[in-house]
Amino acid sequence: MLLGAALMMSSCSDSRVHSQAVYMLVDTSGTYAQEMNKASKIINYLLATLNPGDSMAVAKVETRSFTEKDIISRVTFDTRPTQATAQKRAFKAKIEAFSNSVKGSAYTDITGGLIQGAEYLNETRAGTKTIVIFSDMQEELGEGTQRDFPIHLDGIRIVALNVTKLGSDNADPRQYLARLKHWEARVRNAGASEWVMVNDLENNMQSILNIR
Amino acid sequence: MNDWHSWLFWPDSVALSIFVLGVLVLLFLYAAREPMHLVIHSLCNLFTQTSRFLSRWLFLAAEKLQQRNRSVLLAHGEESAALLIDREFARVGDIVRKDMQDYPALQRKLLEEVTRIEEDYHKCGEVPPPPPEWVDAIESVSQIKSGGDMPRKLLEELNKSIHKIHDKTVGEYRHSYEDRHKILKGMQPAWRSVDKMLGDIDKKMVTLHGNARLIDGHMSKFESLRARNDKTEHALTVSAFVQLAIAALVMVVALGGAFVNYKLIALPMSEMVGASDYITDSLKTSDVAALVIILMEASMGLFLLESLRITQLFPRIASMDDKMRHRLMLASLIFLVILAGIESSLALMRDMLVADKEMLMRDLASAAPPVSDSWLSNVPMAGQMIMGFVLPFALAFVAIPLESVVYSLRTVIGVVLVQGMRGIAVALRFASVLFKRLAKVLELVYDIPIVIPLKIERWVAGFRNHAAAPAAVK
Repeated sequence: MLLGAALMMSSCSDSRVHSQAVYMLVDTSGTYAQEMNKASKIINYLLATLNPGDSMAVAKVETRSFTEKDIISRVTFDTRPTQATAQKRAFKAKIEAFSNSVKGSAYTDITGGLIQGAEYLNETRAGTKTIVIFSDMQEELGEGTQRDFPIHLDGIRIVALNVTKLGSDNADPRQYLARLKHWEARVRNAGASEWVMVNDLENNMQSILNIR
Repeated sequence: MNDWHSWLFWPDSVALSIFVLGVLVLLFLYAAREPMHLVIHSLCNLFTQTSRFLSRWLFLAAEKLQQRNRSVLLAHGEESAALLIDREFARVGDIVRKDMQDYPALQRKLLEEVTRIEEDYHKCGEVPPPPPEWVDAIESVSQIKSGGDMPRKLLEELNKSIHKIHDKTVGEYRHSYEDRHKILKGMQPAWRSVDKMLGDIDKKMVTLHGNARLIDGHMSKFESLRARNDKTEHALTVSAFVQLAIAALVMVVALGGAFVNYKLIALPMSEMVGASDYITDSLKTSDVAALVIILMEASMGLFLLESLRITQLFPRIASMDDKMRHRLMLASLIFLVILAGIESSLALMRDMLVADKEMLMRDLASAAPPVSDSWLSNVPMAGQMIMGFVLPFALAFVAIPLESVVYSLRTVIGVVLVQGMRGIAVALRFASVLFKRLAKVLELVYDIPIVIPLKIERWVAGFRNHAAAPAAVK
């Protein structure tokens, strides 16, 4: 009986294994900054879906994104549902304030955002870790920014959202396809557990998370 | 496998090779006939003996188990019957004690009533009117022989007096009758009272008579149990099956109630123990906590009914002295009320949590809040709270069907086990007969391919016998 109780206690203490952590990267470069309304909807969906004990962070993709300053808001929801609801309301308010004052950046450092996101997610020690990238996946690095090295995304799901086609993609769709292929290969090589692309935000929102 | 040509002696002459191979096989089978028959017989004999042994063992075990079941069943039946008789005697004792307690007062009252009636009766007795005094006076006057008108005047005076006295006497007589009538009228309540008392006594006697008849019935049942006959055992077994079916049905209904109860408190429990703790991959700690609360309620209900001596699952509780049992009953009841209160408040919290989450969803969807100023919107909340308070008490009564299940399940499992063992024993017995016959069948089957060598053997044996017979004659 004592052994059983001890086993139960030990299994109870490892509650993080069942939790989820989501790090959402929002592209604010160029014209993509205008897509903030869609991003807000996705954030609201994530807030509605995540459970008490889960973690969530939203960061912007800027010229150099490997910095905690780009994290707009982050939270680990309390295990009590009432507290978690209050935290979600506060999170939403922060995101609304940000979307009203968003400014476009000159460059798009997706890789830096991914590294920062992986760092945050690993710190949460959640069972399921997801990086959501709300971007056209066109990386543009500023002068002096080094990102051509192997990154580590072990056990992290990568979800690319609303990957819009650029003007040049319309002229030559191979560019778009090659861009997606490049990113898929890159994240898989980095150890990502899954690569998901969701463009139909109206009907395929549930693919973003691994809902328990 | 496909290269069957390797089995051929002469691959070019397939037919010849097969023929030679066949002959060799036949020769081998013929040569190995006796040992093979022995092997077949030995194996079949082994299976036959084993099956028979197992069958016999199972029959014996089933017999022993049945005897054991029978003694347990009858003992339980005797116990139940004794309990019923005991209760019936207790009821009779109560009635007698109560009546005997009232009896002196009743007797005194009856005596008083009877004395009163007697007195009244005596008062009602008719008092004969006093003999008239004027008869003596007339006699005296009639003896006067002289005096002229004197006697006549005297008689006239006397007549007047007589009339006067007569009127007075008649008046008094009537008045006396009126008084007697009044007394008789006053006796009516006393008669009614006596009649009522006698009626009450009669009713109590009828109740006692009914109880006595019940006790007679239970006693005859008890005697038949003591006699330990098959009829009683059969009746008890059937009763156990019926009890199990009824109790199982009630338990299913109770489980439904427990499920509703669980649904009421599982969500708010996450507020207490956290919503993200898991015991296993899919089992939340809050769900387990809710389940524990429900099980605790059921346990408290069980203890309450045990201490009330409605159920008797724990002999230790049943054998407690009345004071301790009363304390246990009080403690169980208090715990049950506390748990019901907790559950009621959890039900309220559930409603609040659901409303809060709904509001958040509306906020996130940027939808307008619903207009609800009606008192009807509070009805589900009140309903949940009432259910949360009432269900634990309803769940407490699950101890009664549980006791029935516990006691009847033992009998039912015993019967099923005995029947199962007997069924297997019969199957094994049948298998042993089958194996016994199978030895001969296999022997014959073995002989079929080597029928030609066997015929030759018989022919040779017959020829030798024929040859040997004339020689013997010579």
